[in-house]
Amino acid sequence: MARDMSDKEILKMELDQLKKEVSTPRTPVSANCTDTIAFVEGLLPNDPLIKGVPDDKNPYKGDKGGCIIT
Amino acid sequence: MNPKMACQGLQKGETLATLKKECESLKKKLEEDRGKLNDVELHQVAEKVEVVGALSIKTRRVLKGHTNKVLCMDWCKDKRRLVSSSQDGKVIVWDGFTLNKEHGMSMPTTWVMACAYAPSGCAVACGGLDNKCSVIPLSLDSNENCAAKKKTVAMHTNYISGCTFTNSDMQLLSCSGDGTSALWDVESGQLLQSFHGHTSDILSLDLAPSETGNTFVTGGCDKKANVWDMRSGQNIQSFECHESDINCVKYYPSGDAFASASDDATCRFFDLRADREVAVFQKDSIVFGASTVDFSLSGRLLFAGYNDYTINVWDVLKGTRISMMFGHENRVSRVRLSPDGTALCSASWDNTLRIWA
Repeated sequence: MARDMSDKEILKMELDQLKKEVSTPRTPVSANCTDTIAFVEGLLPNDPLIKGVPDDKNPYKGDKGGCIIT
Repeated sequence: MNPKMACQGLQKGETLATLKKECESLKKKLEEDRGKLNDVELHQVAEKVEVVGALSIKTRRVLKGHTNKVLCMDWCKDKRRLVSSSQDGKVIVWDGFTLNKEHGMSMPTTWVMACAYAPSGCAVACGGLDNKCSVIPLSLDSNENCAAKKKTVAMHTNYISGCTFTNSDMQLLSCSGDGTSALWDVESGQLLQSFHGHTSDILSLDLAPSETGNTFVTGGCDKKANVWDMRSGQNIQSFECHESDINCVKYYPSGDAFASASDDATCRFFDLRADREVAVFQKDSIVFGASTVDFSLSGRLLFAGYNDYTINVWDVLKGTRISMMFGHENRVSRVRLSPDGTALCSASWDNTLRIWA
């Protein structure tokens, strides 16, 4: 566990980790963001919290007890 | 110089100072390499995206029953049941539609900080100050004492801050105040893999959506969010951008990104392929820590619960706040989207849970 390690051991662990991370493959932000946007747009029409669900289809929009705050 | 002195010299060469220096220069290189690919920010790419219309999300249910702070909750795959755990030492299984309490179990310690529903819906896992994560099979007979069948699976040397079943009831992932996370076989209680790297308490973990492979993300008091390979135990990516404790981490529905919530009053969005932070959700007027996050089904909305009792709804693509959800009378400790995306459940230090839809 980290709390049992000396400062030097912790630094060594960090150093080894950093050496690995420097060689991580990565791709441009613009390309990935474009992908993210495409992903969202594809699912957006079916997102119940954005598009809404008709009252009769939504199990929570009924008078089944609890508080309904309008 | 005699050989003995030479050897000592070699060891001394690796002092705290030289290690620090090497770390600093590697961190700088990492920043530079990541920076080279930071040609643009998410909200800039999303400039032409249509704005989200007004949301009509309201409290539809208030779940009362706990006698102290509700610390965690999780949905069952059947989209109606949920499990909650509290400082009062109890774990309750609710029917979210009818508000019926199906099971109520008392744990040996107070502060049950983590709970999770098994994929089959037949069991729940929970843990906290007892430093253990236990699995409790849920009986169909409401008169039966479920807690008696409780089985200890995970054992840490400090509190359990998070737990989740993997893709089956057979394996459990836990994270702890002891700075480690671990994968366990539920049946035998055997430790399958342990994950080391955090230098302080881990406060949250989340498993990648099943289609994207075997990884999970953790966040903690060392301000780092780490991504792990479940099979090898390796820390494959690490992000240190927050200025304070990370209270919660959550994978994006696509599996290619994750969000974090921190005591520094911001939530951040990290793209795993670009290996960097691509959005920060913050406002000058938001000064309280964010404790929990979850996404809407499409990934367009980010729901974040804060210590100022509110839930802020952020537009993930544009980086702006769309609306605020008021209702809780104390800190919001957890928000979770229901499995089909129709509702959001929030747990709070005001002893209640709310279902919003």
